[in-house]
Amino acid sequence: MIGIEHYVVVSAILFVLGVLGIFLNRKNIIVILMAVELILLSVNINLVAFSAFLGDMVGQVFAMFVLTVAAGEAAIGLAILVIYFRGRGTIAVDDVNQMKG
Amino acid sequence: MIQTFAFYLFAVLVIASAVMVISSRNPVHSVLWLILAFFNAAGLMVIVGAEFIAMLLVIVYVGAVAVLFLFVVMMLDIDFAELRAGFIKNFPLGIAIALVLLAEMVLGLGAYKAGVIQLGEPSGLAAPLPGESNIESLGALLYGQYLFLFETAGIILLVAMIGAIVLTHREIRSPRGHQDISKQVSRRPEEATEMMRPEVGKGVKL
Repeated sequence: MIGIEHYVVVSAILFVLGVLGIFLNRKNIIVILMAVELILLSVNINLVAFSAFLGDMVGQVFAMFVLTVAAGEAAIGLAILVIYFRGRGTIAVDDVNQMKG
Repeated sequence: MIQTFAFYLFAVLVIASAVMVISSRNPVHSVLWLILAFFNAAGLMVIVGAEFIAMLLVIVYVGAVAVLFLFVVMMLDIDFAELRAGFIKNFPLGIAIALVLLAEMVLGLGAYKAGVIQLGEPSGLAAPLPGESNIESLGALLYGQYLFLFETAGIILLVAMIGAIVLTHREIRSPRGHQDISKQVSRRPEEATEMMRPEVGKGVKL
């Protein structure tokens, strides 16, 4: 029988893979944003699993709010990426510190 | 039995596609693997009985966010081979940090299994309504107790939309000059031109 531990293990592995993705693709900000989406997905799986196994719907309400924030974050992040590419012609983020001012 | 089989199928697929997302050479492939990961996560949520969040995941993530990623990846002309230069260099550090993080999480789960950590007891105020579907229980909560948080979520989405439009908007400078429609509409005849019939030699007062 599937218990809550199974879901927690899956979401922990997913979270770690997201963090690993941020470290591996340090230059490619598109893949970094996708790794952030993976992290938020693992949080959502955790919230929904606990909500279902404890019989409390609040976890699913909060999963919806996480979804909202993830959608807004992706939209703003990609908009910043597009204007950065327009001004610079590349999306290598290891020299983003020149952006100040 | 079928539930266990479906859980392991979805769990293995979601983890495998997450690995492909972060290790794929082409970001277009990464986005497609991300879509597969979202579908399988939605399957995991359906197994546990949260159909509404699962369908929301498919609609919002696959329908909007992943397509937005795909659009941006294909719109920008980027040399992706150059961006992968640090992949090997960062690999040992990334693996080390990931292993430390995973070990911490496994230790936490072990502490729960050993009985050190107790899960909180739900208050029962937000229990699923008996005999009602998942979406009805969720709706009763969203439009009741969490109404203001729900409206705040809507405002967050509105602000994100306006922010994205303002950031990427480019004013196009026409060679024929800029047309300001509100200025044209708000003009009144009395302040525009005046018909007059001056006598010869008197001139006109401007």
